[in-house]
Amino acid sequence: MADPLLQIKGLVIEATSYPPGEPPKTVTLVHGVDLTLERGRVLGLIGESGAGKSTIGLSAMAYGRGGVRLTGGTIHLNGREIRLADARSLRRLRGREVTYVSQSAAASFNPAKQIMEQVIETCLSHGLCSKAEAEARARGLFRKLGLPNPDTIGNRYPHQVSGGQLQRCMTAMALCPKPDLVIFDEPTTALDVTTQIDVLAAIKEAIRDTGVAALYITHDLAVVAQVADEIMVLRHGRMVELGETGQIIHRPVQDYTKALVSVRGLDHAEKPPAPPVLQVQNVTARYRGTNFDVLKNVSIDLPAGQTLAVVGESGSGKSTLARAITGLLPPSQGRITFAGRELSADLAGRTKDDLREIQMIYQMADTAMNPRQTVGTIIGRPLEFYFGLKGAERDRRVQELLDQIEMGKGFADRYPAELSGGQKQRVCIARALAAKPKLIICDEVTSALDPLVADGILKLLLALQAQEHVAYLFITHDLATVKAISDKIAVMFKGAVVRYGQKSDVLTPPFDDYTDLLLSSVPEMELGWLEQVIAHRKMESAGN
Amino acid sequence: MRMPLSALIGLVLTGTFLFIAIFAQWIAPYPLDDSSGGQWEGFSAAHWLGTDTIGRDILSRLIYGAQVTIFVALASSLLAFALGAFFGFLAAVKGGWIDQLLSRLVDLMMAIPSLIVALVMLSVLPLNLTVLILVMGILDSTRVFRLSRAVAVDIAVMDYVEAARLRGEKGGWIIFREILPNALSPLVAEFGLRFIFAVLFISTLSFLGLGIQPPLADWGGMVKENKDGLIYGKSAALLPAAAIAALAISVNLVADWILTRTSSLKGGRGG
Repeated sequence: MADPLLQIKGLVIEATSYPPGEPPKTVTLVHGVDLTLERGRVLGLIGESGAGKSTIGLSAMAYGRGGVRLTGGTIHLNGREIRLADARSLRRLRGREVTYVSQSAAASFNPAKQIMEQVIETCLSHGLCSKAEAEARARGLFRKLGLPNPDTIGNRYPHQVSGGQLQRCMTAMALCPKPDLVIFDEPTTALDVTTQIDVLAAIKEAIRDTGVAALYITHDLAVVAQVADEIMVLRHGRMVELGETGQIIHRPVQDYTKALVSVRGLDHAEKPPAPPVLQVQNVTARYRGTNFDVLKNVSIDLPAGQTLAVVGESGSGKSTLARAITGLLPPSQGRITFAGRELSADLAGRTKDDLREIQMIYQMADTAMNPRQTVGTIIGRPLEFYFGLKGAERDRRVQELLDQIEMGKGFADRYPAELSGGQKQRVCIARALAAKPKLIICDEVTSALDPLVADGILKLLLALQAQEHVAYLFITHDLATVKAISDKIAVMFKGAVVRYGQKSDVLTPPFDDYTDLLLSSVPEMELGWLEQVIAHRKMESAGN
Repeated sequence: MRMPLSALIGLVLTGTFLFIAIFAQWIAPYPLDDSSGGQWEGFSAAHWLGTDTIGRDILSRLIYGAQVTIFVALASSLLAFALGAFFGFLAAVKGGWIDQLLSRLVDLMMAIPSLIVALVMLSVLPLNLTVLILVMGILDSTRVFRLSRAVAVDIAVMDYVEAARLRGEKGGWIIFREILPNALSPLVAEFGLRFIFAVLFISTLSFLGLGIQPPLADWGGMVKENKDGLIYGKSAALLPAAAIAALAISVNLVADWILTRTSSLKGGRGG
């Protein structure tokens, strides 16, 4: 039997970290991982952030990102050992035998050059074919990847195509030199869910048609289940489980894999309608100096102690709605009523109680906390500011809040940098709770977190809602989160609410076109889901 | 992290200068205006660094000069930082017309060479240390304003500042508790550099006769008093010039080290 295309044995990857004020130390990112990939097969690498999946993926071309060193084991590509290969032979190998598709195409394309020039660059620099041949090959790939105007799209500049199209151009760039192996590093993570499905289908088709082998790196099990033949689950730089895709998603063996598979299982019984605590009526808003409305005549109600999920793609106006409610962006029309009183449109016109009763939790807990303040100060300040608590009384209340977010003792003196991602978000929740609010606006609070951690945060939020009877305005693009937490749902599209009501009503057909598109685009953890959806859509468009 | 040799040298020299400045009265071998020597005497046991144009001991005058020069430079830099940082943060936090007004005012001041402004102001105003410090502090604060505003604009868009605003915090808390602690490290490094500019500036003014007035000693003034000696091959003017250079270099070394240690760009990887 011939050698496998890629064989990695006992791979050890190290890096040097520079903790402030301490001597540099060596950390091991990957502890002896083995991996085999046959020609034409697709292996999915999945894990949380810090699992080492990208690091392992890049090692397939013997590359380590800044400061990362491949220190042990062997990497055989096409039968040759490449871990210790010299720079010159690596240069010959990269772009010819192995290519790479990164997460952010927008950051990877040179904005000053036309797309075609960049797509065929590798072919030409390796002298694989003539310019005319390479361009013909690129146009063929554009067509295969379903890009509009495949013959002329190469003449455009990167900013002239959409994010999803650019990601497909990058896939064309990777496939153009006819490599043996392509590394896909979270190629659809930065895309909206409705765009992701098209890119995913295009990538899958291109992999099948060209017969190229691929390493597909992602944190989303449902996505990788659509494209991979085999899945390797990683955690903390070690392999947890390796198996055929069907086995991993239907019959996982390890506990960690089971947890990953069941993470979307969280469900929440919808509460009956009740009188609203927050009423947004016909709100229209635009940013200063622009001439179009980012919110168009938005009306929503949120009952006390319940959750309204606001769903939509990036640019749909969900975060702007939050800014209008908090007073950061005064609406040009409409009114916002809260707890029976009309709120001033402008932040400066609101009373201390108005401010106290509406709290906000941000997507990036990192930037939402002052890095120079301790957890005690961060949580204690609202207590001091709103309730005048001082000294021991304040410290006692801070500890109570820390207990409520399940963090316990010893955290009050820590700085945010000494907390994990999930802990940071919990501290932000405690800061919001400290004000005893009636409404908390949660702006994509789980999007930056790993699935298991996000799950914990959602459970905590639900438990706190039951205890404190606080209402949530929950902004998200993730429909699984919506199902898990909401009582009411508002679907937003281009600044307007296109569908709104109780959860059960919104998620029950008949749907409007956009909600249908959105709901059907969310990857499900099933084999063949992608093909079903695409086939269904083709049929529908043929019917119209 | 081990301290690099250059920083160590800088720290020791800066420390020595500060020590000399503080304890000048006890260290200097002769009183400030004791002119018991001859004109431009060479190095001797009685006058280690020789004497100046009217027979005063140069070592003593250098020591007293250190006191005046460093005091004035320090005071004017502190004033420049208090003014510049406060208004810079204010402009960044408030934005709008306050920012416009302050920024254009600073642009206006920076458009005119500060030496010329200082010369005009000092010719009109009475010449004493307070006026000198005020004029230098205000002129230098424009540069601190630019830096503080730039740093604070980056910080003011962070979510934690927005969170403080939503909480209803007033400008004081936002400036002093949210922004200042995060802006401190670039400002501290800048302080070293501005201090050096203040030393050079005060020396320039004194050399032109509008800085520190006799009989007080300061390094710039000493260069002026003794510059005629250069024609006759007397080194008296070079010694205060060397002192200025030594102080500038040593403070620079320290400032460089602080900047390297605190900036995430230079302090971390690959260091």
